[in-house]
Amino acid sequence: MSLALAPTDRPRLPRGVRLAQDRVRGGMVLLAPEKAIALDAIGEAILTRVTGDATFAEIVSDLADTYSAPRDQIESDVQAFLQSLRARVFLTVVK
Amino acid sequence: MTTPPPIAMLAELTHRCPLSCPYCSNPVALHGKETELATETWADAFVQAADLGVLQLHLSGGEPASRPDLVDLTRAAHEAGLYTNLITSGIGLTPKRLDALEAAGLDHIQLSLQGTTPELADRIGGYKGGFERKMMVAEEIRKRGLPLTLNAVMHRHNLDDLDRTIDMAVELGARRLEVACVQFHGWATLNRAALLPTREQTEATKRKVAEAEARLRGTLAFDFVPPDYYADYPKACMGGWGTAGLNISPDGKVLPCHAAETIPHLTFDNIRDTPLRDIWYDSPAFNAYRGTDFLPDTCQSCDRVEVDFGGCRCQALAIAGDAAATDPVCRRSPDHGRVDRLLSEAMAEADSATFTYRVIPRP
Ligand code: SF4
Ligand code: SF4
Repeated sequence: MSLALAPTDRPRLPRGVRLAQDRVRGGMVLLAPEKAIALDAIGEAILTRVTGDATFAEIVSDLADTYSAPRDQIESDVQAFLQSLRARVFLTVVK
Repeated sequence: MTTPPPIAMLAELTHRCPLSCPYCSNPVALHGKETELATETWADAFVQAADLGVLQLHLSGGEPASRPDLVDLTRAAHEAGLYTNLITSGIGLTPKRLDALEAAGLDHIQLSLQGTTPELADRIGGYKGGFERKMMVAEEIRKRGLPLTLNAVMHRHNLDDLDRTIDMAVELGARRLEVACVQFHGWATLNRAALLPTREQTEATKRKVAEAEARLRGTLAFDFVPPDYYADYPKACMGGWGTAGLNISPDGKVLPCHAAETIPHLTFDNIRDTPLRDIWYDSPAFNAYRGTDFLPDTCQSCDRVEVDFGGCRCQALAIAGDAAATDPVCRRSPDHGRVDRLLSEAMAEADSATFTYRVIPRP
């Protein structure tokens, strides 16, 4: 299956995958089956927008507006990050 | 080196188990029920672990469902803020108990698979009817939408069934499949000849996993643990000694890895007597092999030393006779010839070898 997200896809974190505050090391982590991923500021900005309601295009626009950054650049970063999570089934997509 | 906080903790709630797999990673000297920690002691250990920085908790055994207080322990772990994973054979998980575990906040289940048919699975697990019950449990897990990993422990007798194993993982709705080739610790060391796969099986397995991983990307994630003895380099055992994870044994000993008790000159503190934080940061056992300074020149001068930290301490002791030696699995180890010898001895005896099953402790 292709892992690429279409503009209208709504990414979501499936059951068993969630964001949490790391109260010992600071920052946020993504907790998944037998895996904990420390998030940098970018990862956190992306995943806090992954609600299951927002489309991929909306997430990209929101980030481009918030950080006044070029949309193309943001889009390819978000696409790459979400695909890497989708490959591990840490992220699913509602069409 | 400054010691980082641990990320994961394995809580071996009990050594009791209805199965008797000949590769069980529990120590050959099993602890009986009477030595097990009380519910409150575990609950307190979970809080201490979370305070220390542990994010992931694995409830394991033996068979954790053999503890009548499994639901209470799960709730305690969840309330401590830990991501809670249950590592189980499935035996002892009734639909009612699964409901209660779900309500208690269980995040994920890792279900072991001994084989793909009742005949094979029940022969390996030494438990008649086990496969059928496991399949019923898997279906109950699927119905509830509980995140599932299938952990297929692979060896000479079931590696040829890998394709079917992969299909089963998809059918059961697992998101992740661990293709875990037997590691030779605990009971497995008594069964080398019966369990070691052939080199051909090992090569075929690598190919099949790579092919299936590409084909099922996004549907089923793979974790592949290749058989050690055929590898060129060792694994970074536990992500480095005292670096990423810790274990608590059923009687409360806090260990850097589940096999650490095989290193006789180390003494391990008990969670009943000593705070977890002190054990992690200050105990001689946890500091014994931290970092890479203790390693011989073979490793010190090697470009992989920060990749595998010289491999597994327990394996170094078991095969090279020195827990501080280069893991003999490594091609660069001066003791590597011993691994080759173990392999050829095992292959010579393979056809006549029978299983030495794990014996359940009876108090
Ligand atoms: S490996 Fe087998 S015998 Fe050992 S705990 Fe797991 S199911 Fe029980
Ligand atoms: S020599 Fe030591 S550091 Fe280098 S690969 Fe072998 S075990 Fe690892």
